[in-house]
Amino acid sequence: MLMNAASMVQIRLGPGADLDGFRAAARSLVAAGTPPEAVVWTQGGAADLFGAPVLPDGPPLSLPRAAADLVQLVVCHRDPERFGLLYRLIWRLTHGEKALLEVMSDPLVHRLAMMGKAIRRDLHKMHAFLRFRRVETAKGERFVAWFEPDHHILAAAAPFFRNRFGSLDWTILTPEGRVSWTGGALVFGPAATRDEAAAGDGFEEGWRDYYESTFNPARLNTTAMRAEMPKKYWRNMPETAAIPGMVRAALSRVDGMMEREPAMPTRRNPDKAVAAMQEAGPHSLEELNRIISGSEPLVPGATRAVLGEGPVGAAIAFVGEQPGDQEDLQGRPFVGPAGQLLDRALAEAGIERSATYLTNAVKHFKFVQRGRRRIHESPTAGEVKHYRWWLERELDLVRPGLVVALGATAALALAGKAVPVGRNRGLFRFGDRPGFLTVHPSSLLREPDPQAREEGFRRYCEDMRRIRELAAA
Amino acid sequence: MDTKVAAKLRILADAAKYDASCASSGAPKRAAGAKGLGSTTGAGICHAYTPDGRCISLLKILLTNYCLYDCAYCINRRSSNVRRARFTVQEVVDLTVNFYKRNYIEGLFLSSGIVKNPDHTMEEMIEVAKRLRRDHLFAGYIHLKTIPEASPWLVEQAGLWADRLSINLELPSQQSLEELAPEKNGGTIRAAMGQMHERIVEAKAEKRRFSPAGQSTQMIVGADATTDEGVLRTSDGLYRRYALRRVYYSAFSPIPEPSKVLPLKAPPLQREHRLYQADWLLRFYGFSVDEVAAGGDAGMLDLDIDPKLAWALKHRESFPVDVNTADRELLLRVPGLGTRVVDRIVAARRHTTLRLDDLARLTPGLKRARPFLVTPDHRPTRLIDRQDLRARIAPKPAQLELFG
Repeated sequence: MLMNAASMVQIRLGPGADLDGFRAAARSLVAAGTPPEAVVWTQGGAADLFGAPVLPDGPPLSLPRAAADLVQLVVCHRDPERFGLLYRLIWRLTHGEKALLEVMSDPLVHRLAMMGKAIRRDLHKMHAFLRFRRVETAKGERFVAWFEPDHHILAAAAPFFRNRFGSLDWTILTPEGRVSWTGGALVFGPAATRDEAAAGDGFEEGWRDYYESTFNPARLNTTAMRAEMPKKYWRNMPETAAIPGMVRAALSRVDGMMEREPAMPTRRNPDKAVAAMQEAGPHSLEELNRIISGSEPLVPGATRAVLGEGPVGAAIAFVGEQPGDQEDLQGRPFVGPAGQLLDRALAEAGIERSATYLTNAVKHFKFVQRGRRRIHESPTAGEVKHYRWWLERELDLVRPGLVVALGATAALALAGKAVPVGRNRGLFRFGDRPGFLTVHPSSLLREPDPQAREEGFRRYCEDMRRIRELAAA
Repeated sequence: MDTKVAAKLRILADAAKYDASCASSGAPKRAAGAKGLGSTTGAGICHAYTPDGRCISLLKILLTNYCLYDCAYCINRRSSNVRRARFTVQEVVDLTVNFYKRNYIEGLFLSSGIVKNPDHTMEEMIEVAKRLRRDHLFAGYIHLKTIPEASPWLVEQAGLWADRLSINLELPSQQSLEELAPEKNGGTIRAAMGQMHERIVEAKAEKRRFSPAGQSTQMIVGADATTDEGVLRTSDGLYRRYALRRVYYSAFSPIPEPSKVLPLKAPPLQREHRLYQADWLLRFYGFSVDEVAAGGDAGMLDLDIDPKLAWALKHRESFPVDVNTADRELLLRVPGLGTRVVDRIVAARRHTTLRLDDLARLTPGLKRARPFLVTPDHRPTRLIDRQDLRARIAPKPAQLELFG
């Protein structure tokens, strides 16, 4: 439809991407019912010309998320038609074609999608091919880059660098503008020239070394290289100067490899290597404990790893759940309230604590902080299994006659799967190890009814007496 | 840069380049804090391309190329006369940080020859990752090549610091492994993969961090007699059993210090390319190994045409399919239509009837797809029966084969 000049609306936007200007204009145009054919989009010019509002502000547009994303991308495109095309899209979305963006075969949607793709590619290449150079300043090190994007993407590209180089001071210079990150804020500034950029960096040569060394001349494929890294980017990338030489030398390097006689193996006997591999791993409890002490807690917070305690070759090894608050502070197993209860049961049954081996399935204290108190948290199945290798090796080295699992966590660690304690209390085989399964002493402490607690403790002592008999047999 | 470090870098980057994996994708999105360095975007970024067409995303180096092993296909094997070097833990950390700050890389891919013993080597690799994360609050990508012979708890420690762990299967069968890598054990490798898989699944369920970008592996193709079908069957098993993120195929490449037991001639690079395409069909297109293999001949994929086209040409009775009504699964079998294009077709046809022009806007692969498709303005019933169909749509030989 042809419009006469008088009914045309002229919209003048700021330079570059001007997302805000476009959004405001689109809002007011839709509110005023102005169809796309009646709008002329222009950019730039004197500030006072577009300072005055052409139309009153409109209410916010509710666009599908995908449409808002597409607008944000496409406004960065260099094509002067982009605003007209985007407004046509918005018009159709708000006039009966709500699902328009799902129809990627529509010519308008297709064209905008291709423009969006070009922007995404431009952004991706800027994220990838931009190179910082280190500059010494009075305030310390600063990183400066020069880049020439195809489209108006500086503002859209900046958040990536902010997220990545948060602790550095950096500036990106482009022919259209600049952005700096200093003191926790992105600051945009005027256009830059190439000579403002830093001239060199002590690490570029090393990077070129890496670039050359990682190239395999037997796989030369320059078409694939150029498809992904077009030549227009090369002049601002320090490594690309090496390309012509690498390509030239590739063929002769491969010929050289093919012609070379296969090397006679000098020492082919693998015995030594295989023997060395079997030597791996700790061969004493001290060695294993050093490894455990040096490792990180799986859940951070613990003061230290609490190691097992007791003589190698002990008749009985008790395996608990994990160190508690007291154990973590003192660095010894079973010294808290539950440990004291265990001591009482051992004494009742006539088992000498110092003659047994005491350890935990999990070596670090896991807790939640409540005010000043650290409240014990049960380890998850994954955490228990994570520590299982140590426990297995530990028991291999201690070689106890009988392994006693105190509670479900210990049973899980020893059996490799969940074992309900109630139903399996008593004799239990953990793989190759003869064992016994009973409750953890802390479960007795948690029993609120004094009579039940008394009864529970009596049964616990019975278990301990059986354990003593089994270990003696 | 320190000249000694630069010299080591040359040796230890050269030694690492035969590992095909370079991906930096799949890690959870992270951003550096005010004091930290590095981020991950989920997708991974290729920061440069070398003239072999491969991307550089990570600083891919070995901690050392001294090695106790004597694997015939490996340049770093004990009996090779290659120059040796060894980085210190701190040198790797400093290199990574300095390269990263200049936006050269997405992070570190660290592998190593086995020195002293597997545990010692693994511990040093973990130490690199630990220092990066702790001393530099490094939030970039870290991929550690796990040493399967190392103690199992070291694998568990590695998973706490790395984004991805991998163990190279190296060869598709135990027999090949015995012949070419006498000190390697397929059982040990698979056991370590199983352990990692279990931990990855548990950590995800318990919302803990353990190798969040999963695990991958690499197989060398063409150094032994295994067919493509055999290779793919091994991959399929790995995907099913250990939910590997990727299996990388590395066409055995001539190396400067070749071993006597290796074939003299390298396999065509095109073979590697076809395996990747077939791998893709297994993972994203609902093909089975049998179907992919049936498109080729005697267990080998067709080097001239891609495996999907090969399958379609042997199953002409299934075509043409109607773009406007066919199931998604069937559209995925059409040569030239990728998963994203099929998704677009399915979305668009809910609102409109697709004609040939519409399809041209949805896919750049229309030329290849045409003989297999029906639209209201296109019905190629005769074309599909033509004897020369293969010649008409098969691409001209690519320059990739230059070195075949």
